[in-house]
Amino acid sequence: MLTQWIMGFILLIVKLGVCLLALLLGAAYLVLAERKLLARMQIRIGPNRAGPFGLLQPIADLIKMMTKEDLIPREADRVIFRYAPAVAAATAMLIFAVVPFGDHLVLWGNRIPLVITDLNVGLLAVLGLSSLGVYGVALGGWASHSKYSLLGAIRSVAQMISYELSLGLSLVPIVMMAGSFSLVDIVAAQTKYPFIFVQPISFIIFFISAMAEIKRIPFDMPEAENELIAGYHTEYSGLRFGLFFLGEYVTLVTLGALTAVFFLGGWHGPFLPGVIWLIIKIAAIAFCMIWVRGTLPRFRSDQLMDLGWKFLTPLALINIVITGAVLLILTVT
Amino acid sequence: MPRNEQIYPIFLIRLQLETINKMQSPSSYQSIFEGAYGLLTGFATTIRHLFRKPITEPYPEFKRRLPERTRATIILTRDPDGEERCVACYLCSGVCPVNCISMQSAERSDGRRHAAWFRVNFARCIFCGFCEEACPTLAIQLTPHFETCQPDILRLLYEKEDLLVNHGGKNNAYNFYRHAGVAMGIDKGDHLGEDRPVDVRSLMP
Repeated sequence: MLTQWIMGFILLIVKLGVCLLALLLGAAYLVLAERKLLARMQIRIGPNRAGPFGLLQPIADLIKMMTKEDLIPREADRVIFRYAPAVAAATAMLIFAVVPFGDHLVLWGNRIPLVITDLNVGLLAVLGLSSLGVYGVALGGWASHSKYSLLGAIRSVAQMISYELSLGLSLVPIVMMAGSFSLVDIVAAQTKYPFIFVQPISFIIFFISAMAEIKRIPFDMPEAENELIAGYHTEYSGLRFGLFFLGEYVTLVTLGALTAVFFLGGWHGPFLPGVIWLIIKIAAIAFCMIWVRGTLPRFRSDQLMDLGWKFLTPLALINIVITGAVLLILTVT
Repeated sequence: MPRNEQIYPIFLIRLQLETINKMQSPSSYQSIFEGAYGLLTGFATTIRHLFRKPITEPYPEFKRRLPERTRATIILTRDPDGEERCVACYLCSGVCPVNCISMQSAERSDGRRHAAWFRVNFARCIFCGFCEEACPTLAIQLTPHFETCQPDILRLLYEKEDLLVNHGGKNNAYNFYRHAGVAMGIDKGDHLGEDRPVDVRSLMP
């Protein structure tokens, strides 16, 4: 009994370690991939000095971030200022705990599910954690005692709360079809076909809201360089800035994984093992987001709010009603 | 008596403007298609650019040949006879907006002026080229060679021996003392392109 418990504990730690490492590496190399792809879209070369094809660039960035001075403004609220980046990064990483990345393994006769924790309210945990991420941004901007940071934080909070709504509502049809909040069950419900074929509108709403949620171009009002310098992380430097940056890209990976789980069939796919399929799907979503960033200009503040409240949210509600009606007809007949 | 426009009800004007706007704006379906088309052309453009060859010229490996008159490092040139062109007139040092040129004039035994020492502080130089424009003897010139970074700021102080070159720069044929100056043995009126001096006593009205 005790040995089993210890074995399970060790297994959990190993899974956590592997996941965390993969997530951090994925985020770091996503930065490189984004810079490379954006550069090629603008017919430039992009980073190519650190290592072959610039492959060591993330490591160089890390060394730079770690060795830079960690400045705290004199008027800043020191405690909150110090811990806000941790909130932003930690919530982003915690979301990945509920994402299933494959079928179970069988090791020495034990069945090991390839997910850190199969919460039965996994989807709610995801939404809750992504809402908590707002705190990192809001507190960081508030504690900086800078006008730019404060304005950026206010904008981020407004934007993230608005798009949280359509993000959540776009997932309701998925829950209705899968009949469960658990991400493992949602993936299992997509063995025959991924949900994107039956819920394309939901997918589009989720994709747009996800982009707004991580404040990427065209939704980067909170970080609009030309008016707010860098928004809520204007006053941050060194590793604390790095944590905000990391949080943003980890969220990008996580949201890619969630899009894959909710709409693209998770780790299901022919020929290749599940983990590879999940990585391919995350990469595809990330590429789409980079493509959007390379193409579209920034929204105006009011356009942003209009899109969220007057278009996406009503559309998501209508989608829920239609999905419900269709499901009802299917079950009755 | 108010004029006609002033008593014209404002809401009527607004109504008219709105109807005009409605007539001019395309139907909503058309505008949706136009918007979608505009978006898609943008996405198509970026994806096409993704497969184009980058136009970047990576610098240390690829060095573009700069135009002759690019303004960078300063040199002191020599005339065709191999003598220093500089006559230490202080014009370059006077015109320099950042005061980066300093020198000490001296005279040779044959009467020709030269700079005893000549120093350019490249830590201050802004490569404006005013010294080159001011120079009457084409001695000081700017060259396209710009890679002069140094780890120590004091090594950016260039002395006369660092600045002197063995050619005439942009004009190899020019020799100042063939055009002006009597110290080097050429008398008044014997210089290139110079008229004989006018005898003022013969210039009677």
